[in-house]
Amino acid sequence: MKFKFNPDDLKSLVKKSFSSDNINKRRQSMKFFWKNLPEQIRRLSVVAVILFALPLVVRQLLIPTDFGKYGHYRASALDEIVSQEIHYAGRELCNECHDDVVEVKYNGYHKTLTCEVCHGPAFAHTEDDAIELEAPRKRSYCPTCHEYLPSRPSGFPQIISARHNSRKACIKCHDPHDPKPPETPRECKACHAEISYTKAVSKHVDIPCTRCHQTPEEHKIRPREVLPSKPHNREFCGSCHALDAESSEDIPRIDLFEHERRYNCWQCHYPHLPEAN
Amino acid sequence: MKKWQSENANGMKRRKFIKNILFSLAALTTPAVLSAQEALKKLQTWIIGEDYNPFEHYWGMGIDINKCIGCGKCADACKKENDVPKAPFFFRTWVERYRIFKSGKTFVDSPNGAINGFRKPYYESEDKDKVIRSFFVPKICNHCDNPPCVQVCPVGATFKTPDGVVLVDGDYCIGCRYCIQACPYGARFLHPEKRTAEKCTFCYHRVVKGLVPACVEICPTQTRIFGEIKKKASPLMRFMRKHKIGVLKPSLNTEPKVYYANLDMEVR
Ligand code: HEC
Ligand code: HEC
Ligand code: HEC
Ligand code: HEC
Ligand code: HEC
Ligand code: HEC
Ligand code: HEC
Ligand code: HEC
Repeated sequence: MKFKFNPDDLKSLVKKSFSSDNINKRRQSMKFFWKNLPEQIRRLSVVAVILFALPLVVRQLLIPTDFGKYGHYRASALDEIVSQEIHYAGRELCNECHDDVVEVKYNGYHKTLTCEVCHGPAFAHTEDDAIELEAPRKRSYCPTCHEYLPSRPSGFPQIISARHNSRKACIKCHDPHDPKPPETPRECKACHAEISYTKAVSKHVDIPCTRCHQTPEEHKIRPREVLPSKPHNREFCGSCHALDAESSEDIPRIDLFEHERRYNCWQCHYPHLPEAN
Repeated sequence: MKKWQSENANGMKRRKFIKNILFSLAALTTPAVLSAQEALKKLQTWIIGEDYNPFEHYWGMGIDINKCIGCGKCADACKKENDVPKAPFFFRTWVERYRIFKSGKTFVDSPNGAINGFRKPYYESEDKDKVIRSFFVPKICNHCDNPPCVQVCPVGATFKTPDGVVLVDGDYCIGCRYCIQACPYGARFLHPEKRTAEKCTFCYHRVVKGLVPACVEICPTQTRIFGEIKKKASPLMRFMRKHKIGVLKPSLNTEPKVYYANLDMEVR
């Protein structure tokens, strides 16, 4: 038999099934339908429904209610992260009660240091000044920053602690809040340790730094504001190395007009450690 | 001429038909539009702490290699601020020392993350190989704009906030370590007790209160700069204008938001 679809049938069917006196009938027929299904289909369908519903329920239980509120994550995670305790107070808070120290430090060499780098996390102290802070008075403390390390950038003041006034605590001679060296450093080595130690083992060992860099005394006090000069042409090196230079006989000579004219000397020779193959 | 309207159409005029379609479309989409708008409003008024609106910020960090003295105070402060386990394998930020030898070899070390700085003043040159360059490189989570760690998380426990910070939901993390594997910068670790993934948060709890991250606060030479990426008058933008900027592993297309100045090409 061929099934033929007639829209009018459907219309009347819908009309019928929604009319109230038919609902009871339908219930009956559903029951009838269910009863008449084969046993195994009935059981299987129950299992199927459970299998379908279970993941939905589990999903509902597992995914927190606020998941996906802002994005693919739990919104309350942010509140938890943000509520983490603060340990470092920041540099402004100390002003209130220690304006004397802050004032001293303000223009000193340690002006870029925050108080807490030496005194440790101080948030609790700002809330309750009965909680005491440590002051690092030991000699072994300062070299963490100031011990000579070849990897440190040029210009950073460094010492070799074994040789630098090794008997006394650093704070005997340097106020930690304004660590002026008691006298201006005599040598460039104080802040250009790596260059100085490099030059010390080079052929240029006997040339003083100031022969090549005219250095105003101010540079040692305000190093970044007042910079020394640097050689800027080949003739400068030529003043010792040119064939006709009036300099010591031992100095190796080159023909200034022949020897690699295109470049400045220090594009090939590092002036603090000149090498010639 | 034949009328275009077919005979058995139910008499509905074209205009009416279109009207109906429009009305029903509008009716169908109103709830969706309304709820979306509400969600958007909720987002835009999402204020954590005092007056902090994450949609008004976008954070990044600048690091100037030429300024780093390798004191390691940043690594130390990070552990203290964030209660990171003391054992020497867990770091949210650390400092590496690079030494590049004449032979072309590169040697990198970071004793205990440099928490106590680098003390040994002289290096024993290995087989008389001379060091030709040496410097310190502070490392930290790059808070990538395109974070591989977030992509691999199976449960949505790690995510990027609207202000560009990559965070971990410690309560929701299942400790599967996918993200630790996925991070090309080694910036994540598994917390030994909680057994969940951990990483730098840019000190989010400080940032929302107007403070800078602990490592930035503590840095004695202003090697680290923290600030807005998308605002013109920010120390970070100025830093990025002034210096030639490099990022770590640019070829991975993770778009890191930690910007290095004077970055040596040996650094990975
Ligand atoms: C609410 C006021 C207050 C604030 C804010 C405050 N302090 Fe103090 N601090 C005190 C008082 C009071 C003392 C104890 C009196 C004294 O010994 O001078 C003290 C003592 C100290 C000491 C001395 C420890 C010693 O060994 O003598 C240090 C160091 C210190 N504070 C550091 C800080 C730092 C760093 C900050 C900023 C983060 C700070 N304080 C903020 C009130 C404050
Ligand atoms: C370079 C490390 C360092 C820094 C930075 C530093 N201090 Fe100190 N501070 C010390 C040391 C060391 C002492 C102990 C001095 C002594 O015993 O003579 C000390 C002592 C103190 C004292 C108690 C003694 C006194 O001089 O009154 C206070 C208060 C203090 N510091 C506050 C501060 C504040 C506030 C700041 C930030 C503005 C700060 N310190 C920054 C190292 C530091
Ligand atoms: C966290 C690192 C750090 C610590 C710790 C530290 N300093 Fe400094 N120190 C600096 C910085 C940064 C400068 C400024 C260098 C510059 O201007 O480039 C400086 C400058 C100095 C100078 C000036 C040198 C010069 O001639 O330019 C002296 C002296 C000094 N510190 C002594 C000390 C002493 C003593 C201590 C221990 C109480 C100490 N420092 C602890 C970082 C540190
Ligand atoms: C006996 C006093 C004394 C003691 C103790 C002392 N210094 Fe000095 N320091 C000086 C003098 C004087 C200078 C400047 C002259 C010079 O260059 O030697 C100086 C200079 C410095 C400089 C500038 C660089 C330099 O070489 O000129 C630094 C940095 C420094 N000291 C750090 C320290 C540290 C860190 C300690 C503790 C480990 C310390 N000082 C202990 C007297 C002292
Ligand atoms: C107090 C510490 C200090 C002392 C002492 C010092 N310098 Fe410097 N020097 C610096 C700093 C800081 C810089 C800037 C480094 C930078 O900007 O990278 C610098 C830079 C320089 C430069 C580079 C200038 C440029 O244009 O790049 C030269 C050259 C120089 N110094 C030579 C010397 C000589 C020569 C001496 C000894 C007579 C000396 N310095 C003593 C701290 C010092
Ligand atoms: C033979 C001449 C000569 C001598 C001696 C010399 N320099 Fe230089 N220095 C130069 C030249 C040339 C440059 C420029 C190099 C360049 O621009 O690449 C320079 C650059 C510098 C710089 C900046 C660039 C850098 O390498 O960091 C500093 C700092 C410096 N010298 C410090 C010193 C100090 C300190 C001494 C003494 C220990 C010294 N110089 C001795 C010739 C010299
Ligand atoms: C004050 C004089 C003087 C000046 C200026 C000078 N030098 Fe020299 N230079 C010397 C002396 C002295 C020697 C070592 C001679 C020796 O003992 O073999 C030397 C050696 C050299 C050597 C040979 C090293 C070797 O292994 O044989 C080179 C290369 C060199 N200098 C380059 C330069 C350059 C580049 C400059 C300019 C930045 C310069 N010098 C400026 C005096 C000078
Ligand atoms: C393009 C690279 C280059 C430049 C630029 C350069 N040199 Fe050289 N220089 C060399 C080489 C390579 C040698 C060793 C081989 C030779 O003797 O030609 C050398 C050798 C030397 C020597 C040693 C000569 C000897 O007899 O032992 C001196 C001195 C010297 N150069 C000085 C200078 C000076 C001064 C300048 C600048 C006016 C300069 N060089 C520029 C590459 C360069």
